[in-house]
Amino acid sequence: MLGLGADRLRADMNRLLALLFHQGVLDEQFLQLQQLQDESTPNFVSEVVNIYFHESEKLLKNLRSILMDKEFSDYKKMGIHLNQMMGSSSSIGAKRVSNVCIAFRAASEQHNRAGCLRALELLEHEYCYLKNKLHELFQIEQQRILAAGVRYPMHM
Amino acid sequence: MCLKMLQHHIQKQSLVQNHSVSLRVNDQTGTKKGYTFIQANRGWLPKFFMLWVLMVAFFSMLLFEGMDAENKVRRKDFLISMCDQRARMLQDQFSVSVNHVHALAILVSTFHYIKNPSAIDQETFAEYTARTAFERPLMSGVAYAQRVLDSEREKFERENGWIIKTMDTEPSPVRDEYAPVIFSQETVSYIGSLDMMSGEEDRENILRARATGKAVLTSPFRLLGSHHLGVVLTIPVYKSKLPPKPTVAERIEATGGYLGGAFDVESLVENLLGQLAGNQAILVNVYDITNSSEPLIMYGHQNQDGDMSLVHESKLDFGDPFRKHEMKCRYLQKAPIPWTALTTAFLFFVIGLLVGYILYGAAIHIVKVEDDFHEMQELKVRAEAADVAKSQFLATVSHEIRTPMNGILGMLALLLSTELSSTQRDYTQTAQACGKALITLINEVLDRAKVEARKLELEAFPFHVRSILDEVLSLFSEKSRKKGIELAVFVSNKVPEFVIGDPGRFRQIITNLVGNSVKFTERGHIFVKVHLAGQSNGNTNVKDETFLNGGSEEGAKSDTEQYRTLSGFRAADERNCWDSFRHLVADEDSQPNSSVVDMMAANDASEDVTLMVCVEDTGIGIPFSAQHRVFTPFMQADSSTSRHYGGTGIGLSISKCLVELMHGQINFVSRPKIGSTFSFTAVFGRYKKKASLDRSKSKSEELPIAFGGLKAVVVDEKPVRAAVTQYHLRRLGIVSEVATSIKSVFGMSGKNGSTIPGNNTQPDMILVEKDYWVSGEHGSAIGQLLDLRQNGHVLKFPRLILLATNISDDEFDKAKAAGFSDTVIMKPLRASMIAACLQQVGVGMKKQAGKDAPNDSGVPIKSLLCGKKILVVDDNIVNRRVAAGALKKFGANVECAASGATALKLLQIPHSFDACFMDIQMPEMDGFEATRQIRKMESQVNEQQMVNGGSTIDGTAKRSEWHMPILAMTADVIHATYEVCLKCGMDGYVSKPFEEENLYEAVAKFFESKLKPVSDS
Repeated sequence: MLGLGADRLRADMNRLLALLFHQGVLDEQFLQLQQLQDESTPNFVSEVVNIYFHESEKLLKNLRSILMDKEFSDYKKMGIHLNQMMGSSSSIGAKRVSNVCIAFRAASEQHNRAGCLRALELLEHEYCYLKNKLHELFQIEQQRILAAGVRYPMHM
Repeated sequence: MCLKMLQHHIQKQSLVQNHSVSLRVNDQTGTKKGYTFIQANRGWLPKFFMLWVLMVAFFSMLLFEGMDAENKVRRKDFLISMCDQRARMLQDQFSVSVNHVHALAILVSTFHYIKNPSAIDQETFAEYTARTAFERPLMSGVAYAQRVLDSEREKFERENGWIIKTMDTEPSPVRDEYAPVIFSQETVSYIGSLDMMSGEEDRENILRARATGKAVLTSPFRLLGSHHLGVVLTIPVYKSKLPPKPTVAERIEATGGYLGGAFDVESLVENLLGQLAGNQAILVNVYDITNSSEPLIMYGHQNQDGDMSLVHESKLDFGDPFRKHEMKCRYLQKAPIPWTALTTAFLFFVIGLLVGYILYGAAIHIVKVEDDFHEMQELKVRAEAADVAKSQFLATVSHEIRTPMNGILGMLALLLSTELSSTQRDYTQTAQACGKALITLINEVLDRAKVEARKLELEAFPFHVRSILDEVLSLFSEKSRKKGIELAVFVSNKVPEFVIGDPGRFRQIITNLVGNSVKFTERGHIFVKVHLAGQSNGNTNVKDETFLNGGSEEGAKSDTEQYRTLSGFRAADERNCWDSFRHLVADEDSQPNSSVVDMMAANDASEDVTLMVCVEDTGIGIPFSAQHRVFTPFMQADSSTSRHYGGTGIGLSISKCLVELMHGQINFVSRPKIGSTFSFTAVFGRYKKKASLDRSKSKSEELPIAFGGLKAVVVDEKPVRAAVTQYHLRRLGIVSEVATSIKSVFGMSGKNGSTIPGNNTQPDMILVEKDYWVSGEHGSAIGQLLDLRQNGHVLKFPRLILLATNISDDEFDKAKAAGFSDTVIMKPLRASMIAACLQQVGVGMKKQAGKDAPNDSGVPIKSLLCGKKILVVDDNIVNRRVAAGALKKFGANVECAASGATALKLLQIPHSFDACFMDIQMPEMDGFEATRQIRKMESQVNEQQMVNGGSTIDGTAKRSEWHMPILAMTADVIHATYEVCLKCGMDGYVSKPFEEENLYEAVAKFFESKLKPVSDS
């Protein structure tokens, strides 16, 4: 019974991952990240992703505050933030987020404030979507680990 | 996706439309500017032509008129002169006759009246007039009528004995006066005794004549005798001399009678005209125009034919002031049609018409040609636009397909990682293989499109030629082994270690050619040979020579070795067979191995290195009919080929493009059923070695150098194959000799072994070709050799190594039994693989950890990085974590730094880091700057060391110089960045996010090179 549950959960996880791949939310880099996880670092992926969330939320907050400042927009600073965001996103394989970042950066390089605002909204949307999905994924994984006893996943 | 494509399509269309619109605008401006006059007035051309024709017609008419008028004038002049001549002559003759009649009148007056009695009677008069008739040629006759008053009538009738009769020969009625004819010429004797005054005209004439005293004429009438038209001339004869200036009454009183003569005008003019030339051409009429409103005809017919258009009138003066006469002349015939003028005018018209038509035709032609030209130009522009659009479309679509394909492949990889049944796994693997093939195809199409769009640019940085070839070889080793084909690479010694160019593209070409060869070859060999382009030239000359010298030898050996190629199968191109090949090898053997660098120095004169690469196979070959379209994209030899072997046929066309980009040429020799040899040249830049680079480091590259100085004997009958084996051994630093049989080796080693054991000349290993061993004839020899070994006769017995393309388990066991217990090296040979195998059997005495066969790339990277202390510098915590995770996975000891400044602090010398991964984009101090600072620091310390006389400062600084390997981490993999990296002192770069192969490549470069000093210490 327990084993069956674990299999189903793994199937769920794969399906979710497939969906995310298909939607272009994630790319191969995420798989690579998962490959880095092994017995010695069992929570590597979730650890990295959590750092990513933490950082990204800070960055997003900063970006929003820069853009909301009516008098002046510090595009240079915005560019630095965006680079950070883009780098970390591509590191964990969040493809769509990093694509939006590229568009955002282009808009900020053109000092296009309206474009920046639109991009920011899109970025927040994508980020939320990614966060939800990844949380879902980790939840399933957690359940699976529980279900499968102390077996570690994704030994490829 | 579909929507996206559609959108693209629409964009393309609108683009094309834009194109054509702009073209049309161009057209219009062109009409305004560059177009010819003709083109601009094309609508007017037919009108011009019509105008021209009309003009020509008008001019020809003018011409005709002119010529005709001239003719007419001439004709008229002629007529005038003729007419005048006739009139003058007529007048002259007439006046001569009148004069004579005058004279006759004087005669009658003198001899009839003044002389009394009269001296003239009828006979005298008749005779005289008859005899002088020639003087009056125009007169039919003359007669004299006496004036008789009524009172005198009876007396007169009595005297003469006859009565006066009227013209009708009736006795004359009573009148005031009578004029009976008393004398008459013979010709007109019928008028004798007739009263002339009884005829109306005569009476009038008589009255007028005696009143004026001059000769007078009647109007023309039909003459009595001849019924010709004529006039009667009447001259008064006076009885007495007239006083000067007599009055009319005096004249009438003095009148004695009248002399009359009839002019037969008709016959007169007839005679006259008969005397003149041109009589026939001219029609002459003579009129009496006394009554101008009603001219009376005197000669000619009123209604005669003739040219009525041209008439000339000449005045005639017959001496009678009362009467007026004229002569009218006409041409008898109408003016002849002026053929000359007509022909001239017509010809002129025709010529004019033709000229006009030619000009018109030319203009029309020009217009047409220009139209065509513009149409063609437009079509050309459109075709080019379509071509560009096609390339763009291909590129875009390929790109669009690639994205979802990556997803599919990723998913398949995920799927494979799950627990699958064997069938499912098989399906999945097939799907993955197909997906990979599709990606490859798409990449090829993309390449092709890029090449066509001229967007493909070659990179230029130094790369290692031989390792590229090894990589290609390893790529196909699996396939060739499966098929049992011998795959071999030979690189001439003269080819420099490093050249500057685009290794990816170079590899792509070779991979393509070798891939084709592998695909189409079922037996025999595939042989890749690389040498300098100049080398082959010399060889062909030598080849002829050997052919002459060694002809007999070859004939003898042809049974045992069918062809002196790598595998013994016949090849399409004879260039790679041993006869020519051995000169290439001999060339190299004459140069000691260590002198490669010297040679390169000698060749350094030129900037470029032209490499010639030949890929020879013994496959199915290309049919002669298809050879001309081998390089056309999407064309395979024939359609059945693609069905049979798969593939798109795009590879060769890409290869051709790439070769051309490398300023080279590609060509091939192929014979069906025998094989093909593709060869291409490529021009690379010569790599100038930097003084700082360690020679040994660059030379060994990835190869261990632990085998330097070892000796080997290669036992192989096939010299080409032996040369290939030697080439690989040489790369490992192993000196080798070739023996054609074990016996000779045995003899050699035995002799050496017995005399001087452990001598340098004794081989450390013997490499035996499997083919040779399988032939079995030399089993005993091997046995002997083994016996020798077991007896311990030789202290350090050479290792026996079998070289095989493919080997079955049975054969393997047999080989072990036969004494090849040491190892079997599977072909295709690669230096690194030989090295690995040799290490396995412990030939290289300094055995090193982590030097297993590098087929599995995961193992060496782990061994490379294991235990190394690595610093990761990145401001992005996520990246830092990921990089650290990846490196840790490979066993490295990782420390992190969040900024360039921190890294600098950590790297204060002395430190214990083995390498540093540096992010380029960092706030405050970026990777370049940090690296520069680190290098500055290092050089300061190094200088200090130099000052201190090379003594080590402390234990950690084992190396003579501080040089920390710094690798850039960057998200974009453009080579411009790479160059900047090198410039500021970095050793290499890895693309972010990490990929295992990429990381391995970058790390291996400096860790492997550092192995030597580490092991030395």
